[in-house]
Amino acid sequence: MLDFEKHIIEMEKRLDELKRLSVGSKEDLSLEIDELERQLTEHKTKVYSQLTPWQRVQIARHPDRPQTRDFIEMIFHDFIELHGDRLYGDDAAIVGGPAFLDGRAVMVIGQHKGHTTRERISCNFGSPHPEGYRKALRLMKLAEKFNLPVITFIDTQGAYPGVGAEERGQAWAIADNLMRMSQLRVPIVAVNIAEGGSGGALALGVADRLLMLENAWYSVISPEGCASILYKDAAKAPEAADSLKMTAEALHNNGIVDEIVPEPVGGAHRAPNATAENLHKSLNRALDEISAAPVAKMLDLRYAKLRAIGAFEEPQPKG
Amino acid sequence: MSIDTKKGIPEGIWSKCAACGEVIFQKEFFAGYKVCPGCSFHYPLSAHERLDTLLDMGTFRELDADMTSADPLAFVGNKAYKESLEASMANTGLKEAVMTGYGKVNARTVVIAVMDFRFIGGSMGSVVGEKITRAIEYAAKKHAPLIIVAASGGARMQEGMFSLAQMAKTSAALAKLADKHVPYISIMTHPTTGGVTASFPALADIIIAEPGALIGFTGARVIEDTLKEKLPAGFQTAEFMLEHGMVDMVIERKDIKGEIAALLDMFQMGAAGRQQETLSVGDIVPGADVARKMQKTVQTGVKKSAKNIKTQVKRLQGK
Repeated sequence: MLDFEKHIIEMEKRLDELKRLSVGSKEDLSLEIDELERQLTEHKTKVYSQLTPWQRVQIARHPDRPQTRDFIEMIFHDFIELHGDRLYGDDAAIVGGPAFLDGRAVMVIGQHKGHTTRERISCNFGSPHPEGYRKALRLMKLAEKFNLPVITFIDTQGAYPGVGAEERGQAWAIADNLMRMSQLRVPIVAVNIAEGGSGGALALGVADRLLMLENAWYSVISPEGCASILYKDAAKAPEAADSLKMTAEALHNNGIVDEIVPEPVGGAHRAPNATAENLHKSLNRALDEISAAPVAKMLDLRYAKLRAIGAFEEPQPKG
Repeated sequence: MSIDTKKGIPEGIWSKCAACGEVIFQKEFFAGYKVCPGCSFHYPLSAHERLDTLLDMGTFRELDADMTSADPLAFVGNKAYKESLEASMANTGLKEAVMTGYGKVNARTVVIAVMDFRFIGGSMGSVVGEKITRAIEYAAKKHAPLIIVAASGGARMQEGMFSLAQMAKTSAALAKLADKHVPYISIMTHPTTGGVTASFPALADIIIAEPGALIGFTGARVIEDTLKEKLPAGFQTAEFMLEHGMVDMVIERKDIKGEIAALLDMFQMGAAGRQQETLSVGDIVPGADVARKMQKTVQTGVKKSAKNIKTQVKRLQGK
């Protein structure tokens, strides 16, 4: 339970209790129930309309928040999981394979953190090794070969920090994805479903459309990492989260994110199915829009989109 | 008086190498491109010094010299971003962490970008990303080989996602350069780390590293914190990356220029051969087709070989 959820959850419990009591009770509790419901709605609206970036980070990290495998289950059908990079191994931190999105065959690829402790350990908590990124690229190339649109789910605190990852070229694997994705001849929609930590997230994030769930974060560095560099104190992460402008709203305002996918009040962990429904609609709409352009045009637009991001000053050329 | 491995040389005639303790005659030190004659320790170079080691004297022409950073997030940390920028400008005499332009390597025209670690740790924000992207596009337009010297601690935190996006931007531009078969040589110097490594430095046709340079993705301290153990000596050095197949060669600073020239000559020869082949198809088609094919070759080709082609066409047409 998150701090700011405590009061809400207590009120919900009381409401349930009242409702339970009202059944078969001689006393009419409807007035009390109505009043409590009104208070609850009011309180929820207040809390969730004023979430700080750091509170959103807490929601994004909620253990019950739906993850890549959950969204695949809720949105797609007939998913066939494929394994391995054909070079070194299979990385459980990245899940992928073809599936149907309604009537459309697509390739879906995403970072997966795991829910149980055992699953989390086997997935390295969603931090991929180079073989994970190379598996992702292999599946994207496969998608290109058979003309399947690619949908990626971003959910990682970052690429895995380890000796083996460095030995096998973490930077090289990520860079290769950035380069190849920029020219992949099928539509790419990337969705940040929770956490987007730096280059390890970007390696699945070069796309025609970048969507972001309302409470997800995406940043060049984690708020803790930023705080320990700036203030030599990871406990100042809440301040860093403000400074980094890492929320969906801030990134949408800056033109980096194309669309915010709304989460029901309370966040995706309290309403996974409703969240998946919203995402489902957004995915179909994005694919329809991208597919409307011929491939060459689509690639030009993708390049123009990547090319345009940046904020700098330069004197106007003379004449 | 000793030479600080980070800051460089104190005033005087003689200094002591901070790496090996050897007493160095400063004149000899500068003539040797700031490499200790005793232990071969490669001291850092400024962007200007680096250009001097690689280009023929007086041939450098700078591009986009006046571009400066904006502060898109109005970033406030322990110090405002604007203050860091101003301090770096004052200390280095540079406007940003990279200088771009064109010049000659033993009489061969190249487009070149050189980073300077002294400017906010050589970090890549919007200006570094934009200047490098423009240099890549310029190389593609002019069919001139591209040389990029990396010296960077990673992405520029103070620009948040704007800086992360530069990784995708530079990588996408390199994909287009590769399509045109224009050679790109990357030189990794101390240090080449973080998100920057996972973009343009890793995507070259040839990667040259300087001896002892720190090269990697995740910082050693972060890996140590994760693994709770000390990393082996030599981890993430240029030599480590050579051993693991990530770079083509580790060579001394004084030899880099000659190696670049030799490689470019071989690639050039190969490219000329490809054009000759295009022409041999023309052997069996009537003159008009030969001329059309030739025109196409000339447009995309090297001027010198185009001249050879013209002569050959004339010979084929019996003129």
